[in-house]
Amino acid sequence: MTDVVARPTRTLGALLTATRGNGRLHWTDVFTYIYLALGVALMFGPVVWLVLSSFKTQAGLQEFPPTLLPLGQISVEVEGYDEPLPLFRVTMEDGTVEELAQVRRVGIMAQMVDPDNPGERIQVSINDREPIREMRVAWENYTKPLETFNFLTYLNNSVIVTAAATLITLLINSMAAYGLAIYEFRGRNTVMLFVIGTLMIPITIILVPTYLVVTQLGMVNTLWAVIIPGCATPTGVFLLRQYMLTIPRDLIEAARMDKASEWQIYWRIVLPLSLPAIAVLAIFSVMWRWNDFLWPLIVLNRSEVYTLQIGLNAFQGELNVQWHFVLAMTVVALIPVTVVFAFLQRFITTGIASSGMK
Amino acid sequence: MTEIQLNKVKKAYGDVEVIHGIDLHVQSGQFVVFVGPSGCGKSTLLRIIAGLEPVTGGDVVIDGDVVNAVPASERGLAMVFQSYALYPHMTVYKNMAFGLENSNMPRAEIENRVHEAAKLLQIDPYLQRRPKALSGGQRQRVAIGRAIVRDPKAFLFDEPLSNLDAELRVTMRKELAALHAKLGGTMIYVTHDQVEAMTLANTIVVLNAGRVEQAGSPLELYNTPKNTFVAGFIGSPRMNLMEAVAQAGEDGGVVLLAGSQRISLPPIEGVEPGDGVTFGIRPEHMDIVDEGDADISAPVDLTEQLGGETYLFCTPEGLPQITVHQLGQFPVGRGEMVHLRFRREVLHVFDAEGKVIVNGIDADGGAAG
Repeated sequence: MTDVVARPTRTLGALLTATRGNGRLHWTDVFTYIYLALGVALMFGPVVWLVLSSFKTQAGLQEFPPTLLPLGQISVEVEGYDEPLPLFRVTMEDGTVEELAQVRRVGIMAQMVDPDNPGERIQVSINDREPIREMRVAWENYTKPLETFNFLTYLNNSVIVTAAATLITLLINSMAAYGLAIYEFRGRNTVMLFVIGTLMIPITIILVPTYLVVTQLGMVNTLWAVIIPGCATPTGVFLLRQYMLTIPRDLIEAARMDKASEWQIYWRIVLPLSLPAIAVLAIFSVMWRWNDFLWPLIVLNRSEVYTLQIGLNAFQGELNVQWHFVLAMTVVALIPVTVVFAFLQRFITTGIASSGMK
Repeated sequence: MTEIQLNKVKKAYGDVEVIHGIDLHVQSGQFVVFVGPSGCGKSTLLRIIAGLEPVTGGDVVIDGDVVNAVPASERGLAMVFQSYALYPHMTVYKNMAFGLENSNMPRAEIENRVHEAAKLLQIDPYLQRRPKALSGGQRQRVAIGRAIVRDPKAFLFDEPLSNLDAELRVTMRKELAALHAKLGGTMIYVTHDQVEAMTLANTIVVLNAGRVEQAGSPLELYNTPKNTFVAGFIGSPRMNLMEAVAQAGEDGGVVLLAGSQRISLPPIEGVEPGDGVTFGIRPEHMDIVDEGDADISAPVDLTEQLGGETYLFCTPEGLPQITVHQLGQFPVGRGEMVHLRFRREVLHVFDAEGKVIVNGIDADGGAAG
């Protein structure tokens, strides 16, 4: 693992133009690039689409065929009309092209008016006209919910839930993993098997019993109801335990000889050496908690304790979905997880400590 | 100053007993080396003393107290591991201070002790480095330093030099001996290398298959091995051991018939005609003589000329290959016959079970020493 750290960092350019060897493009290079491009498109495409769409107006979103960029039709003020009229490029019967504003549309015919000459109305077939668009970024998708909707409360709740739950998850999972990795006792593997076995139970099955427990504890409509039930994760225990098994036993024994208590061995030796695995679990935990929807939806019924994901759900009415707000707030909701990942992912590769042993 | 005593110590893993009741008394200030082939239980025994393995029978006594139930952290011993076991995420300083911090020592005192130990081991320039940035020898010193700062009742070493290259091993060996002379603490040292054992120990304990074969000073073991195992294990190159049948010789002596070789000896107490025996002679205890005086003759298979000394490897008819040591340079070609005479005063004779009958035979018969 040390050589990964020692290797000089590659520049992005070199990384993107890397070939299999001797500078020429081998067929495997071509294949690799196609494969990677496909992967990027598959994984990154929806995110790009989401971000671009979040800047579209409500009308722009409902347009068919959809456009990639946030475009909006230009409207003009025309004398004699209260509302601004949408502008079209019309091909006239004599072949000339003119820019006209549309007054109304009746069936397949549209009544148009020349903005420079508002007195005269022109009948045009709708097939002969084409909307004139411009790039229009709908910032109000972002600003409006931030002002009117309790976004900051939801964000605050989400941050509290994610941070507290992740800390508790890391602490209790690593303690369980320490017990299952460092001590040798009869039934150790059986216990581990039970822990792993809980992975096979889907959340829908334990939903009702967990809800009953949470209710009995009087935690409904508090953030603790979201934080506590999911803290002990079999995945986390398994991940950390497998990593801790690779820590040389000599280190633990050396610490014992050094008069360290079990807590000190856990806290000062095993935990720092498990940092890469802990970073991975932290990323997982943050993503799980941030994106968690079903459980918070069940236990949080008052809007002041809503997390972001539940808050977003509020835009989704029974009859009308405010997609422009949903999309914009989804983008906002993505940002923290992305930042956390960007920060922690380097621990996964560089944090792996060489054990100082041969 | 610490005395360590083992009373009938036994260790079993499930049904497999690996230590079969060992009695041992390590006196205060002694440097005791456990030596034996791999799998003989020497490391297990050390770990039992350290408290890292529980005993399944018998008692471990430190300074008069039975410590069977005392955990490793409270036995007051320090151990140096084969892998050094330095904490990779801590600097050298932190590594050495860790044990002291755990016993709630004041910061200034810790600093004092660490710097003192670092100076003693010449690692003070590296105190702020991580173990990763140290060479094998430096890591070794840090591991020893970590033991020293604690001022333990006794030091335990588990094959501490086996990860070093040959040259460094010799240097560190000398330093360890010097360290013991300086600190004067009780030290128990495990190795499979009998040269390390010979050079470092006050007392060597030879272990084999979970039993003590013999314990004694290095020269005691070299001169008067109790059995064929110790005879073969101590000394480098190893003693030549040959099986023979005793016959009645002229004038009341015995003749050892080994292969097609006849070795005439004065009478030996405990060897009757017809007995199967094993006799042993070290490579350095054979002289090359004229054919008439020789005990055995053998063609040379191979020679190793080291300049200052020469090793001859010869195969006498009907016997396994034997090693002969000669001082100085000794030009002899492959296949040439050499005639060898065993020095009687250092000839070892063992019975059929491998127990010693005599270590050295006087010219007039009987045991020499």
